[in-house]
Amino acid sequence: MKKWSFFVPVLLCGFVLAITGCKDSSNSGASGQTIKVGEFASLTGSEASFGQSSHKGTLLAIDDINAAGGVLGKKFELLTEDDQSKDGESATAVKKLISRDKVVAILGEVASGRSLEAAPICQEYKIPQISPSSTNPKVTAMGDYIFRVCFEDKFQGGVVLAKFALQSLKAKRVAILTDVSAAYSAGLTTYFKEQFIAGGGQVVAEQKFTKDDKDFKAQLTAIKTQNPDAIFMPIYYGPATLIALQARELGITCPLFGGDGWEAPELVQGPGAAEALEGCFYSTHFAPDQQTPEAQEFVKKYEAKFGAKPDAMGALGYDSALVLADAIKRAGTTEGAKVRDALAATKDFQGVTGKMTIDPERNARKPAVILQIKGGKFVYRETVNP
Amino acid sequence: MLLARPRICLVAALIGSVVLGFFQGQIDPYFVDILSHIGINITLAVSLNLINGHTGQFSLGHAGFMAVGAYTAAAMTLFAGPHVLPATAGPVLPMLWFLLALLAGGLIAAAAGLLVGAPSLRLKGDYLAIVTLGFGQIIAVVFRNIESLGGALGLNGIPPYTNLFWIFTTAALTVYVVTTMVNSTYGRGFLATHDDEIAAEAMGINTTRYKIVAFVIGAFFAGVAGGLYGHFTLTINPKGFDFNRSIEIVVMVIVGGMGNTAGVIIAATLLALLPEGLRDLAGRSIPVPWSSTPLSLHWIGESRPLLYSMLLIGLMLLRPQGLFNLRRGSSKAPC
Repeated sequence: MKKWSFFVPVLLCGFVLAITGCKDSSNSGASGQTIKVGEFASLTGSEASFGQSSHKGTLLAIDDINAAGGVLGKKFELLTEDDQSKDGESATAVKKLISRDKVVAILGEVASGRSLEAAPICQEYKIPQISPSSTNPKVTAMGDYIFRVCFEDKFQGGVVLAKFALQSLKAKRVAILTDVSAAYSAGLTTYFKEQFIAGGGQVVAEQKFTKDDKDFKAQLTAIKTQNPDAIFMPIYYGPATLIALQARELGITCPLFGGDGWEAPELVQGPGAAEALEGCFYSTHFAPDQQTPEAQEFVKKYEAKFGAKPDAMGALGYDSALVLADAIKRAGTTEGAKVRDALAATKDFQGVTGKMTIDPERNARKPAVILQIKGGKFVYRETVNP
Repeated sequence: MLLARPRICLVAALIGSVVLGFFQGQIDPYFVDILSHIGINITLAVSLNLINGHTGQFSLGHAGFMAVGAYTAAAMTLFAGPHVLPATAGPVLPMLWFLLALLAGGLIAAAAGLLVGAPSLRLKGDYLAIVTLGFGQIIAVVFRNIESLGGALGLNGIPPYTNLFWIFTTAALTVYVVTTMVNSTYGRGFLATHDDEIAAEAMGINTTRYKIVAFVIGAFFAGVAGGLYGHFTLTINPKGFDFNRSIEIVVMVIVGGMGNTAGVIIAATLLALLPEGLRDLAGRSIPVPWSSTPLSLHWIGESRPLLYSMLLIGLMLLRPQGLFNLRRGSSKAPC
């Protein structure tokens, strides 16, 4: 033990200095042959389910682009950094990608909070950032280099879900259950309420909870007394399953519906989850059983490579890389400002998640799909156009 | 030992931070980022060391104080700044306003320290740890529910005032204040409280008061560090100041050796470098004799949290007294 007392600290210091001090020689000079694209994603940590899907989609897109001969005669090289779903990590990862790896564009992230962290950095260094699936309106408002290939919460909550509840569900009296710890949830609630009430609907109960709650009986009992036609739950998949189970236990039989936060296989896993959610709906960006040729081809390739059906995050990850490749092709260069202009001019681009046009606020205008849960599976129901 | 002549160390560190601030433009932004993390970590760890190390209390709420400072300072520059500063202010006025915002952040955090400390510091050991843990959670929940402070999404678009000069000046001042105070006549009371509370009471030392003083001063510097952090990442949200953050700071103190300022500084530096070092390793491959294709270290990328935890376990098994506590068993006489 005595010997250790001196050598451990010294060795550790030496180790850390050695690995941080020297540069990787194999990386330099490679930039001439490839176009480097940076990606930061939550590959580990609490949002890893979303991060991994999105990352796989992006990987597949890069393979496809390279198989087709690349862009501008060069192949794409994807450099991925994990941010561990932790705040403060994304900024460091993005700075590393931009200043050390010299990437020409940044793809990421799923979570709005971490996209917001990277946005000022990309804006400062004039590197275009494309978020595959951050739906919070604030993200693209951070600067004119920040884009997204998904629709935003305003469209999802206000147009898609309000329209769906009124016209397809024929619900007049709706109760809302919000997760106040998530900006996503609060945003959807606001936009939904505006449009739903304007369309002649009535919000009969508004209940709240926070992220780590496990028991929702108090909120659900309050909702039950109002006897709503449907319950709107703009929350993430974890609590959604628990709430569904507890609602059925309390004898609430009306349909439940939510946004793209429900999109995860975990939603219907666990005892009783699939039965509790039978017949419920959620809106999302992509349905694997959607009958468009682009979607079908993507599903086939994704299944062949990863052995599982893709979800919306995977499809959006795929589209984010394709939109970038298309913009670089049209710009004819990888220079940040020119790629930015080309991205802003994207019009009627056919991605796997539908035809999209980038609007002046740098958000994608595109259709949304509604899925229904049937026998533990997510089944395509309808498409809602902007 | 390392900090035997605090005043000389302080002057050297201040000169160093001025030089760093001056040459910041020439340094790779990625390294500036890492250096900033190191500086902020040092401030946080050394201030927590006053509470957990020197005074022997166990606080798990340091991230809470950091959050108070970060939100206060960010609110001052983000909301009040545009009204106070003239539109065409030179570079000096915003800097002064930033300094004011940092101080305000520190003071409000210190007030929060007093608020938590006064009623709860009569508790000892585990009980105090639970109270501070609760405080950290309350802070996060409060900020999450204040809509005007951004709610769960937090504050965005904070002006980028923080630079290496501010960060390392704060770190140097924190180290100076903590070491000189603990080594002063008055400061021996902290160590007495740590070593034996009953004996200290019997000697006429008001241990509760010492604990509160340690809390208030520790919280002040945590608040300033929070302010610097906010103006460096440019976006803050309640999730960034949760329980895990507090634990990270506690780990720095434990790895460095409780009550050992020099050790804690080194630990804070190493723990900021470690994840980045592993990130760097993940991008490499090493040549192996048995195969012509070099062995890729890609797997390190996704197992960083695992490696980090394993290193901590190994460390605690081999050196429970802290990595850099060279005199074993002596918790007295800080250096």
